[in-house]
Amino acid sequence: MTATSANAIVNGRSGTGARRSKGWSPRTESTLRIVAPISFGLIVLGIWQLLVTVGGVDDYLLPSPTSIVAELVEFWPSVVSATALTGTNSLLGLLVGSLIGILFAAISARWRIADQMSAPIVAALAVIPIVALAPVLNSMFGADSQFGRQAIAAIASFVPIFINTLRGFRQTKPVHRDLMKAYAANSGQMLKSLTLPTARPFILTGIRIASSLAVISALVAEYFGGPRGGLGSLIATSAASSAYSRAWAYVGASIALGLLFYLATLALERLVLRRVPTGGPR
Amino acid sequence: MSDQILNSAAATDAPLAAGDTDAAAVSVRGVNKQFQTATGVVHALEAIDLTVSAGEFVSLIGPSGCGKSTLMRLIADLDDPTSGDLTVFGKTTTQARLDQDYGIAFQQAGLLPWRTVAANVALPLELHGVASADRRSRVANLLDMVGLTEFADRFPDQLSGGMQQRVAIARSLAEQPRLLLMDEPFGALDEMTREKMQTDLVRIAADTGAAVVFVTHSIPEAVFLSDRVVVMSPRPGRISQIVPMQLNAIDGRQERSDNLREESSFFEMVTEVREALHGGASDSPGDEPRQARGVDTR
Repeated sequence: MTATSANAIVNGRSGTGARRSKGWSPRTESTLRIVAPISFGLIVLGIWQLLVTVGGVDDYLLPSPTSIVAELVEFWPSVVSATALTGTNSLLGLLVGSLIGILFAAISARWRIADQMSAPIVAALAVIPIVALAPVLNSMFGADSQFGRQAIAAIASFVPIFINTLRGFRQTKPVHRDLMKAYAANSGQMLKSLTLPTARPFILTGIRIASSLAVISALVAEYFGGPRGGLGSLIATSAASSAYSRAWAYVGASIALGLLFYLATLALERLVLRRVPTGGPR
Repeated sequence: MSDQILNSAAATDAPLAAGDTDAAAVSVRGVNKQFQTATGVVHALEAIDLTVSAGEFVSLIGPSGCGKSTLMRLIADLDDPTSGDLTVFGKTTTQARLDQDYGIAFQQAGLLPWRTVAANVALPLELHGVASADRRSRVANLLDMVGLTEFADRFPDQLSGGMQQRVAIARSLAEQPRLLLMDEPFGALDEMTREKMQTDLVRIAADTGAAVVFVTHSIPEAVFLSDRVVVMSPRPGRISQIVPMQLNAIDGRQERSDNLREESSFFEMVTEVREALHGGASDSPGDEPRQARGVDTR
């Protein structure tokens, strides 16, 4: 009796699952979504380890995962403090870049002349070579200042946020604008009740794109000089002293930091847009 | 009531019926509107004269491009006339807009998708600083009026087109305006929903005593709803005729129900408006087809 009802439940579950593409129950599917990439990563690491230890690939050319992990453990306090420093630089850059980007986008959306004036500057900022700018800013602000690195992260985050926000500000529908005019809404109310909520998904997408850029550009800026400290400069010094496993350990920490930023902004986006329908403003 | 309808219908230019101290809801004098386009100047409206009394329901009907929506936008101060004079309750249209003397609804419901139904209805009240307790009770009343009380916490994308339009109408009534401007509000709805909404609107307009300027391209809709039907012709947009609605055994608009749609007087009025439309088309010079295009005879 119990067996049959259990069977019925299982059947029922697989029945609903059958309507999905793969024929798995939702639970199996969500488990697989987590298990599959992890096991794939482990397999890759295993092959990598085998290549280095059994396959005879030179440890100088490609350090084995175990030696990288050993370095990570040995230099853990330095990894943590460097990650914190790079994270702070990226975060400050992202915050400042976001604020300036949103502010400038608001100005450009409001006054066409500002848009026309700023367009070439924004295009120039978008293609600015961080590699070249980093040493310049580092020598401008002195060898013990993090400001140059933060400024570079800010410049890198500014561009996608500005472009996305400006596009978002232009998404308001004529019927909504007519309505706000009919309600005699002043420009502050217009911004708060219509323009900003319409632009919100665009701003958040901009911030999400900028978050990875902020981390990468902060790392690159650190790599090319300035004060010691920060993942970028530690990667540079480790590589310069032929400590490749250690350099890889810092690279691993950089990847983790970049992912952390991306996931945090993705979570922010999900949280804010949770209640907004996917169809977009209408 | 029917006397008043006849009076105001008989002479649109005349001042209001004796004893009425209020200014007309809408007064339009010699209004022209021209648009500058790439191909030249388009005369959207030419020499428009129209008076809408307080509490009167007036429909603007005509083929596409006759300027009926433009005229409504001028009254709403969403556009400016090229020349001529418009007043709403004796004030300039800009002052009337700033004073929130009218409520407005468009063909698109135009709800803000990130706000709930209740928050959408509350939007004009919020913008004009109505206290939140007062706001809540007003919104509750309005949603009750359009029969959407149980949908107050839903979002617009969870509602059908007809329900969204009802929210938009509730929103247009939020400030208890004495004038309602409606631009084909039922244009995108199916016939069943549309008739239901028309019946609701007749009741709501009678309950609130608001004057209504209603843009439509459906003859039966105009006949069913209106005290007077203003027939317009295109290129340039003009008023070709104003047809007063005389529907048998109807004392006031609030008496109108679905039964009216099957009465002979209703069909007579439909015929009269249709003839006015076709006659208007023959007035315009040149190669205009006699059949007025874009007009529903449903």
